[in-house]
Formats: sequence, structure tokens, C-alpha cells
Amino acid sequence: MNEEYDAIVLGTGLKECIISGLLSVDKKKVLHIDRNNYYGGESASLSLTQLYERFRAGQQPPASLGASRDYNVDMVPKFMMANGKLVRVLLHTDVVKYLEFKAVDGSYVLQKGKIHKVPANDSEALRSGLMGLFEKRRARSFFLYVQDYEEADPKTHKGLDLRRMTMADLYKHFDLTEDTQDFIGHALGLHRDDAYLTQPALATVLKVKLYHESLFRGGRGGVLKVKLYHESLFRYEGLNSPYLYPRYGLGELPQAFARLSAVYGGTYMLNQPGVEVMYENGVAVGIKNGADTARSKLVVGDPSYFAGRVRVVGKVVRAIAIMNHPIPNTDNAHSVQIILPQKQTGRKSDMYVFCCSYAHNVASKDKWLAFVSTTMETSNPEAELSAGMALLGPVEEKFIEVRDICEPLEDGSKDKAYISTGYDATTHFETTVEDVLDMYRRITGRDLDLTAKDPAQVEA
Amino acid sequence: MAMAELAQQQTAKLVLLGEMGSGKSSLVLRYVKGQFFDYQASTVGAAFLTKTLPELNVKFEIWDTAGQERYHSLAPMYYRGAAAAIIVYDITSPDSFTRAKSWVRELQRQGNPNMIMALAGNKADLESQRAVTAEEAQAYAAENGLYYLETSAKTAANVNELFEEIARKLPKPEAAAPRPPQGGIVLSEDTQRQAKRSTCC
Repeated sequence: MNEEYDAIVLGTGLKECIISGLLSVDKKKVLHIDRNNYYGGESASLSLTQLYERFRAGQQPPASLGASRDYNVDMVPKFMMANGKLVRVLLHTDVVKYLEFKAVDGSYVLQKGKIHKVPANDSEALRSGLMGLFEKRRARSFFLYVQDYEEADPKTHKGLDLRRMTMADLYKHFDLTEDTQDFIGHALGLHRDDAYLTQPALATVLKVKLYHESLFRGGRGGVLKVKLYHESLFRYEGLNSPYLYPRYGLGELPQAFARLSAVYGGTYMLNQPGVEVMYENGVAVGIKNGADTARSKLVVGDPSYFAGRVRVVGKVVRAIAIMNHPIPNTDNAHSVQIILPQKQTGRKSDMYVFCCSYAHNVASKDKWLAFVSTTMETSNPEAELSAGMALLGPVEEKFIEVRDICEPLEDGSKDKAYISTGYDATTHFETTVEDVLDMYRRITGRDLDLTAKDPAQVEA
Repeated sequence: MAMAELAQQQTAKLVLLGEMGSGKSSLVLRYVKGQFFDYQASTVGAAFLTKTLPELNVKFEIWDTAGQERYHSLAPMYYRGAAAAIIVYDITSPDSFTRAKSWVRELQRQGNPNMIMALAGNKADLESQRAVTAEEAQAYAAENGLYYLETSAKTAANVNELFEEIARKLPKPEAAAPRPPQGGIVLSEDTQRQAKRSTCC
């Protein structure tokens, strides 16, 4: 390893592995190192033994939970939107061929203490208990407006200027109740809090469109948000939600990108606990690893490798539960997401519940995994999660963790240290990939052209 | 229709494991392309190579380690879902034989329990430098239920035999685990085309 590299990457989280893969494909010489003896860093999926090492050091997992190797427990639970940016990157790099995905069975939203399925088609929408009959009519005209809306075609704007009008005003225009607003903004627009209400409506309308198009895969190149949800739903016929999940857990994603890097010549070293960044005059010039050093033009990595160059911007609290049953009231789903909008729980930020099961090869036969997470607002994390935990029913085991979310102090242009931002509480990978694309731009000075292999464009 | 044709042919993921320099890539290259180079570059540069055995109705997807084994950093994803594994050692290197045994243990612990495992003592053409006896390897293979052969990627000795015997040992498709499983989505060109067809309205 005592050589010179174009880039040294520290930590094998998803963001770092995508960067390594992209740089290796660009013919850059990459050395990728992790202090752990497993892939995935913060975004790893752990076996039962690894999970107990992390949360219950010295304790053995009970035999009733089954074999350790059957488990792949995500440390950062998220789903992929079928028409979202991560799928685009997977297709662009051909990394999809290493992975298999399953559609997520359903997306639910909490309203007045009850959970409701987010309708995935017209007949579900008609039967849904989310809204009364008259509210459904009003909501329908809102959705027709969103579906028809094309930014470039003023005719579809129907006299509304979404760049100036706030989302609150748009809701008012369609005369939608607060509960419907909660459902649209949080379960479809995937906003984490209510700040969007006072911002221009355009971004939210685009997010709802994406949701729709992910369900039915109608749209192309949608980057706007409600648009995101609809686009993901439409992507593959018969989806009950716009989300996908890989077999064997999310930890497969970083491994797949690491393999891409290795196939293009990247060098991989795990289990290097002593590795540290080497600076000269404040500029990152490589790494030290025991007696060895390696030099590089730049160093990339997750915040844990760059003490003093990052700051804490928030805390996420997550609970992991192992259960013998699906989440009650989800139609026995093997995979499900439940969004608890802030207003419904009297909080400042949304709470998210994820569930997946042995059907995804992430737990032993007849076991389910559930995750409850939110941005921390008080000093009593467990109490904060109670609204989400209450939906799970009895649990076999429960682990709770508070994680700092760090972000870099600088953009890397001066100190050649390109640092990723920690994984936020969002339920999907859109912000994750945005950070990666931004890092790629800072590192290479150019944008990653994802349009080349955009399936919608190829087929157009 | 394409689905029906595919259903008859069994696609099997086959992985090679073993110490750097034991000849994994050379074995694959000899088998798939009939080539051999004295100084084979470490990386094949492809995700995997395929080879079809029409008489056995098997299509191998053969995965190379892409050099990730060099610092013992092979991703578990590599052997995930593999129907068969060839663990390769170099008959002139006792260290490579030790490493092969540790791969066997790793697969027994983490791998698919129905995986067909073969142990290949490669570089059999270098008889004068032999350091691992065939008896020792044979005994180890018998103890662990491995199919064992000595091979030479250089002379092609036993290379076809190795892969063909693995193909014969594969469980019949109806008995094997379905791939992709029920409800599975593979984001391939095919799914995209399928998805496209249903995008009308």
C-alpha cells in the first residue's frame, strides 16, 4: 500500500462506496480502507452476533432468535424510491446486476391515532378511510392538477404561479383539511416537518408527482418532490408502494459499489483500526496506517475519520426491534413504512417506522424487524419514540441508539478532505444520493451525467 | 416466451475463492476462453463471465474476486446466493492451502448451506515444486464433503472436468431455491422493457 493514489477513501458506507465506484470507473487509482472488519460503515447491515457485540457487549443472542447468519439488520433503515436517484445511479453504473430487489408491500400514514394505507391506485383511494367523501372529491381535483402539471407548459398551471404561491395557499385553493395536508405533505411529499407550508408550492408538487410516477413509472427526469412519490409508484406495474428494498438488506448496496470499484482496479483493505488521515500544512495528503503511509491527491471519507473538521448538526434516535409477527393493522405486510406526521404526535419532526422480514433475507424464519426513528428533540430518546413503538405490538428484543449527524465544516476545495454528511432521518435515499452527487462534483469539477442511462430517456 | 425458454435452462452463480496468485482468474480464463497467460493481470475487469453447457442445460455466471481477497477484504455479497464455489490453492504453496481451508470454514459458516463446494489444487504442472501432497488434500476434501481435483490452467489439465462435474452436481432446478424469489424484482433491462409495456394509459 506504500504507493501513490489519485484518491484514498475512508469508511465503506454507501456514500463512500458510490464515490469509489464512480472514481474507479473514471480510471482513477483508488485505495479504500475501513477500520471495521465488515463493509458498510454507518450504513452496514449487521448479523445477530455483530448486533449483540454493538449493543450488548459480552452477551450471547438467545437461541430463540435463530441463526446469527440469517440476520442482516440495517443500521440506517431506508427504502429506495423506484424512480428515485439511487435507482438511477444503480442503472447508470450497472451495479443493479449484483442485486435483487423486492417491492415494499405498503406505505401507511398515522391519522388521529389510526394508521391508514397510502392509496396506491384509484380503487384503494376510493376505499380509503383517510378522508370523507367530500374531502376525497376535493383531494381528487388537487391530484389531477398535480398529475397534469408540467413546469414547462403554462397551460397546465391553470393560472396558478407555483413559484410564488406557498404550499399553504395551494392547499387553501383546493380547500383541503389539515389532515389531508398532513397526508400529502408528509406521506407523499415526504417532508420531515411543516417548514414546506410557507415555501413556494412548486417543490412539493414535484415531490408528489415523483411519488405517483414511482408507482406507475409515468414520468421522466422528475426531480420535484410530490412528483417523486408518484413517479416511483408508477415505475413498475402492480406495486403497492413506490418503494423497493434489496434482498439481504441495505448493506448489500455499499458492497455492490465496492465490487464495482474493485472490478475497475480499486484496492480494498478492511479491518485497519489504526488508519488516520495525514495532513501537511492543513491539507490532506494521504493516510497513515501503523508504520505504513500512502499518499494521494485527495482523501474522501465519512465524518468519523475527520475529527476537528466536522460539526454535529443534529441527533437521530433509532430503535431496532425483533418480532415474531408483522406490524398489526398492516394486512400482514412483510415490508412496510409508516409515517407519523409531526402534528399527529405533537412533535416538531416526523417519526418513521420501517418493517421488513425473513422474506427479505434479513431475519430468521418467521421473524420480523421493525425500526422506529426520528430526529431527537428532548433528552429522553426512548420516550420520544413511544408513539411509533406503540404501533409494533409485542417485541422479542429491542435496541435503542442515539447517533450524531455530522457535516463537514468545509467543502474540501482547500484542504482536499472531502467529507460526507451523516445519514439523516429521511425514509429514502434521495438526500443520500444528492450528497454523493455534490461530493462527486466537488471532487472532479463536473456533474455526473445520469441521463445517459436514464431508462425513460433510453426508451423515449 | 422468453421466460419459458429461460426456465428450462438453469443459471448458476459460481464463485472462485483462494489466495492471491493461486490461479483463480487463470482457471476461469482457460475454461471460458481457452486462453492462458504466464503473467495474468490480477483483474479480469468484468463483473462476471458466463459459460453455457448446453448438454447439461446449465449457464454458469462465473464471478472473479476482482482482487478484493488481497487484504482479506472480500465482500460477503460476493458469495451470496452462489450455487457453487471453487476454492483454489497452489500445490507449490502450503500457505495457499491453509488459506483455502479458512475459506472452506468461512463458507460453511456464512454461505448458502446447499452450495456445491470444490477444492482445486492448481498449478499441477509444477510437479517438481509440489509442497502439498494430493493425499493430504484428498483427505481434507473427503472430511469436509468437497469435490477435489488437481488442475492446471497452463496445460488445461482437468479444467473442463472441474466445471462440468460441478454442473452435474448442481441440484435440479425444481429442487433448487427459486431465483429470483416470489415477488422479487430484478432491475434489469428486461424488467424495464416489461415496465415500459405496462406504462400505457
